[in-house]
Amino acid sequence: MSNVNIMIELTLAQAHKGLKEKKFSSVELTKAFLDRIEKTDGKLHSYITVTKDEALKNAEEADKKKDFSSPVTGVPMNLKDIICTAGIRTTACSKILENFVPPYDADVTTRLKKAGAVLLGKTNTDQFAMGSSTETSYFGVTKNPWDLTRVAGGSSGGPAASVAADQTVFAIGTDTGGSIRQPASLCSCVGLKVSYGRVPRYGVISYASSFDTIGPLTKTVEDAALVLNVIAGKSENDSTTPDMPVPDYTKVLKKDLKEVTIGIPKEYYGEGVEPETAEAIQNGIETMKKLGAKVIEVSLPMTKYAIPVYYLLVKSEASTNMARYDGIKYGHTSADPKELLDIYMNTRSEGFGDEVKRAIMLGTYALSAGYYDAFYLKAAKMRALMKQEFEDVFKTCDALITPTSPFPAFQIGEKMEDPLAMYAADIMTVTAGTCGLPGLSVPAGFSKAGLPIGMQILGNQYAEEKILRVGYAFEQATDWHTKKPNV
Amino acid sequence: MQLTKEEVQHIAKLARLKLKPEEVDKFSKQLSDILSHAKMLEEVDTSAVEPISQITGLKNILFEDKVKDCDYTDELLKQTPQKVQDHMIKVKNVF
Repeated sequence: MSNVNIMIELTLAQAHKGLKEKKFSSVELTKAFLDRIEKTDGKLHSYITVTKDEALKNAEEADKKKDFSSPVTGVPMNLKDIICTAGIRTTACSKILENFVPPYDADVTTRLKKAGAVLLGKTNTDQFAMGSSTETSYFGVTKNPWDLTRVAGGSSGGPAASVAADQTVFAIGTDTGGSIRQPASLCSCVGLKVSYGRVPRYGVISYASSFDTIGPLTKTVEDAALVLNVIAGKSENDSTTPDMPVPDYTKVLKKDLKEVTIGIPKEYYGEGVEPETAEAIQNGIETMKKLGAKVIEVSLPMTKYAIPVYYLLVKSEASTNMARYDGIKYGHTSADPKELLDIYMNTRSEGFGDEVKRAIMLGTYALSAGYYDAFYLKAAKMRALMKQEFEDVFKTCDALITPTSPFPAFQIGEKMEDPLAMYAADIMTVTAGTCGLPGLSVPAGFSKAGLPIGMQILGNQYAEEKILRVGYAFEQATDWHTKKPNV
Repeated sequence: MQLTKEEVQHIAKLARLKLKPEEVDKFSKQLSDILSHAKMLEEVDTSAVEPISQITGLKNILFEDKVKDCDYTDELLKQTPQKVQDHMIKVKNVF
């Protein structure tokens, strides 16, 4: 196969088949993507660093070994620039880590490297993953491939835009309160947030440690299952990864939905959801019924408190995680300090962007003496109630269906001056972060203006197989995932 | 709920952030809005609820207490923007 346009559109499953059957080499495939990045990234700005030499070296090695037993061997991919890569700059898209070159790999990097994946580069994110639009990136916003005046979503906007615009076969992002699913929805690709602990966090720059998860952004649901097979499982480096077997996530995909019950939580279909989005999801639910699934209405009354519970806990955890950036051990340091305190104060003021400072301030306040009980502790109790509510609902159904985002991609700049409005944009996705649940976003339609709409499928903790099965059946019955932006 | 400029400056000091006057103004308004919004949690009676700080219920993950080599200590030390002396980072005086 020499047609470059066909090569860059391949799914992971197709690319793997092509490599195995020697239709093309990994070097040819990699060059096609490097060329695509060069031609399109001036417009999109998905990539922060393109690792051309590294990629070609990885590809040559894969071709030489000729062992394509892992589905990712020789396949080009990228990592969100918050995932450590030994010897390759990892910035968290911040000034404070602008020139940080980690001496070790994250576990997820190690697992993909071992399997022979080809690293194309590091992709854009909101600074320290704090944001829903990549507008807080120190290096500037990633544009939506469907409309360059709009955001790609966030925080994994770079990974999502790069998958949607065929600048990679797949990408790895992180999701704390929607950072994989929401950009996948806004850019029209598949995004999988795993259950808390399913993929080790070692070497991934922390935002909120009891929420952060790592997962794939892909062109199809099958591809998401294939990548998960490679990156999931316990690690000695992360004691929050449970000792649970990793099944072959592709095994259950083809089972039909006849014994599956899908819950529709009415609180996710309120006033804030734009009519076009609601209609697309309604059509999605009809498709599920046609596929044989039983659909029931369920209720999650705590949803109305989801946003404050989320930001109080996440910003508190963030404020403690950010304490390590002190200008001493690594990263940016301020010039001409008189004493130690100057280093801390000046380095942090110069090195952090607006949203990071806001998170630190809010978290420090919520954790400070006199306010701890009213804010942090209150939210930690609410978290227990929310988790219980989901456990009860999952006794009556296998998966929940909601919109991924209440609206399609918004204009660049539209919500930047109003942090509460930006936080509220995450209303559909934060609960899975708070409760450690897996969630999948799949393409489910387009607005009249041609903007993608994503459907979210939520499951109980460690029920990744169920949501992948539901997503796969939906994908087989629709063709939204085959639509491509014109970049 | 209204945060005064003095309160904002106090939190900034606790968080080791030096804020410009315009940042103090901005954050006192934005943080007041966000915290006022969070007050809605008071509607829910949580007096009988145990708080949770992690979500999967794992506990006591133990592994063998064994010394392991770290083969990149020099690499780690190279990261510092400060001076290095005798394989240690030299920091400024505290006073």
